[in-house]
Amino acid sequence: MENTIVIVDGVATATNDDPWNSVSLYNSSNLAAYEIISFVNWQEHLDSQPSQDPSKLGVSLQPDDDPAVLAPWISTLPLIVLEFPSFRDGRAYTQAALLRTRYGFKGDLRAVGDVLRDQLAAMRHCGFSSFNVRKDKSAADALKGLTGFDMIYARSVTNPEPLFRNRIL
Amino acid sequence: MYKYDQYDHALVQARVQQFRDQVERRLSGELSEEEFLPLRLQNGLYLQKQAYMLRVAIPYGTLSSNQLRTLSQIANKYDKNYGHFTTRQNIQFNWIKLEEVPDILQLLANNEMHAIQTSGNCVRNITTEAFAGVASDELIDPRPLAEILRQWSTVNPEFLYLPRKFKIAISSSEYDRAAVRSHDIGLYLYRDEYEEMRLKVMVGGGLGRTPILNQLVREDLPWQHLLTYVEAVLRVYNRYGRRDNKYKARIKILVKTLGVDAFSQEVEQEWEQIRDSFAELTLAEYQRVSANFTPPAYKKLDAIDLVCGSWMARDNAFSTWVQNNTRSHKVDGYVSVILSTKPGPYVPPGDVTNKQMSAVADLAEQFGFGEIRVTHEQNLVLPDIRKSDLYTLWKILDDLNLATPNIGLLTDVIVCPGGDYCSLASTRSLPVSREIQQRFDKLDFLHELGELSLNISGCVNACGHHHIGNIGILGVDKKGEEFFQITIGGVQGKNSAIGKVIGPAFKADEVPNAIDRLLSTYLDYREQEEPFIETVHRIGLLPFKERVYKSAVKESA
Repeated sequence: MENTIVIVDGVATATNDDPWNSVSLYNSSNLAAYEIISFVNWQEHLDSQPSQDPSKLGVSLQPDDDPAVLAPWISTLPLIVLEFPSFRDGRAYTQAALLRTRYGFKGDLRAVGDVLRDQLAAMRHCGFSSFNVRKDKSAADALKGLTGFDMIYARSVTNPEPLFRNRIL
Repeated sequence: MYKYDQYDHALVQARVQQFRDQVERRLSGELSEEEFLPLRLQNGLYLQKQAYMLRVAIPYGTLSSNQLRTLSQIANKYDKNYGHFTTRQNIQFNWIKLEEVPDILQLLANNEMHAIQTSGNCVRNITTEAFAGVASDELIDPRPLAEILRQWSTVNPEFLYLPRKFKIAISSSEYDRAAVRSHDIGLYLYRDEYEEMRLKVMVGGGLGRTPILNQLVREDLPWQHLLTYVEAVLRVYNRYGRRDNKYKARIKILVKTLGVDAFSQEVEQEWEQIRDSFAELTLAEYQRVSANFTPPAYKKLDAIDLVCGSWMARDNAFSTWVQNNTRSHKVDGYVSVILSTKPGPYVPPGDVTNKQMSAVADLAEQFGFGEIRVTHEQNLVLPDIRKSDLYTLWKILDDLNLATPNIGLLTDVIVCPGGDYCSLASTRSLPVSREIQQRFDKLDFLHELGELSLNISGCVNACGHHHIGNIGILGVDKKGEEFFQITIGGVQGKNSAIGKVIGPAFKADEVPNAIDRLLSTYLDYREQEEPFIETVHRIGLLPFKERVYKSAVKESA
C-alpha cells in the first residue's frame, strides 16, 4: 500500500512501500503473501485452501461486521483492516477498541478509506497501528496528526487506565 | 465552582493550538469545507445565514464572575455586544469571524472555558438543573458526577463520530428542572435505603422530528458504574445506530426499533464485559471532584428576614418579583434569584448584552459568592442571595432590565433563534415570540394565568423544545409560506409529556389570536387555582380545539 503511516514500537513513519496489497478480485488459488481479503472471501478461502498458512493474509472488515467473527483466528492474523467509508462514520473506532481489548488482537490494525490527518490521534487511541491515508492527501503531512498533544480523560486502548487513576497533582 | 487543574488547562490550551492550525489550513484551502465541517462543529462553530456562530460550553450551566466577564468581553470585542443563552445552558455568539475564532478560544481557555463538543455528532454539554447545590428540594448535589461525565466525554476517542448528537442530563431533586426525560441519556441520582448513591438510567429521549421521552434501562445502578454504563450505552449506539438517514439516527430511534427490553439487554451484555474495569469510578476521584463543589461560607441567618418582609409589604412590585423570581434555598436566610432575560417584545429571549453580563458578574461577587447559573429556560440565576439583600439587588436588576417578574409565566418563552439566524430553520420564530409578548404584556393578566410554559421552535429540529411546552408552537414551511402549528399539554420534569397538536396550523399573524382563545378557554374552565396544564389534562383537547377553530371560522366568515 502506498501513502501509508505505520507505527512500529511507538514510532510513526510514512511509507510508500508497505508490503500489503488489497485484493480487488478474489481468486482463492492465486493468493500470495501480504494480500488482504474481505471476511467473506476469508471464509471461502479457509474452506477451499485449508492447507494454506493463514498467517500471511490480512482480512478486512466492513463497518457493520461484528469484530467477534475474527475471534477464532485472532492470534494468527498478522493484519486486520477496518474501513472508513467516510471519516464521519465512527463505527470502526468501536470495532478497533473491541478487537484490541476484548479479542486480544496483537497484530497490525489498519485504517483504510476516508482516513485523514485530523482523525489519526483518535484512531491511535482506539488501537489502530497503521493508516492508509486517503489518496489525495499526503501521508507525510498526515503524520502531523500523530505528533500533537493527545491527553484524554477517559481510558482508551493506548491508555488502559483513565486519567483519574493516574493523576499526579 | 470547578477549578481547572494542570490536565484541564493543558487540554484546552492544546485544543486551541490544534484548532488554530485547522483554521489556517481551511483559510489556505488545504482543508475543504467538507473536511473542515466536523472539525469546526466539534469546536462549537456553525455557519449560519449571515456569519459564523460560536457556541461556548457552560458545563452544567455554572459560571464564575470572571468567566461571565470573559463572555462579556467576547460579546463586546468579537460580536455585536450581546450573546444568546441557550436551552443547553450554553451561550452562542452570532456574528463571529472565522479568522478570529482561535483568539476567542484562547481567551476562553485562559479563563477555564472552551467550546469543545458544543455541536457535532458527539456527546454534548452535560446539563443539570440551574439550582444544583442550592435547591431546597435537592437530594444529592449532581455537579460532581456531571463534571466527571464532562471529563469522560471530552475528546473520548471512541465516541467522536457517533451517528448523531448525544445529550446527557443529570438531576437529583424532587422536581426535575433539567428536562431529563427528553435526553438521549437521562440520569436521576438518589440515595437508596442504605444511603448509597444510585442512578436511574433513562435512555432514548429526544425532541426533534420524532419526539420521544426516554425509558428506564437500568435502576439502582451504583454510582461507581456511571462511566462504564454510559460507555456501554454509547458503544451499542455507535455500533448499531442508523447512519443512513439523519432523521432516524438518534438513539431514540434505535431504542424504539429494538424495543427497550432488547436494547437494555444489548447494553447489559456489553456492560457485563466492562463493568469491573479500570473505568470503574473510585471514591478518591469522586471526593477529588466534589472538593470543587463544597458549599461556600454561608452566614448563619434566620429563615425569616424582617427587612425583606417589610419591603414586601410596602412595595407591591418588589413583592411580586420576590414571589415569582426567587426560589427557596437549602440554607436559611438565602434564596436563589432568577434574572429574566425576557423583559418584553423588544429583546429576543436569552439575549444578554455585554454590559448586562459584566454587571451581573459584579453583582454575583457583591451579593453572592461570585457564581452565576444558566437555566435551561435561558435565564440567569444568582444562586446565593441573602434575603436581606433582595431589595437592594432588585433595584439594581430593575435598572439593568433583568427584573421582569415573569419567571414561569407565559412570557418566559423558550424560543430558538429561528430563521433570523439559523440556516436550518424553516420559519422565523422570533417574530412570533415578539407578537405574543406584545399581545400579552400586562403583568396582572400573566399572573392571573399563573404557571404556564410557552415554547417555540422555528423548525422540526425542536431547539425551542415546543413538544414539552404547556403550549408549544412549531414553525413549518408550506410552499414558501410560514405556518405555525400549535400543541398543548406538553410538560417537562418527572411527569414529562409530549404536547398534542390542536389542529391545522396558523399563519404568523393569526397566532396571537389563537393563543388568546386557548387562554380564555382555560380561564373559563379552570377550577380554583388549577394551572393551565392541569385543566388541559382534566378536560382534554376538545374544548380548546372547538374554541380556537370555531371562532377562527366565525372571524373569517
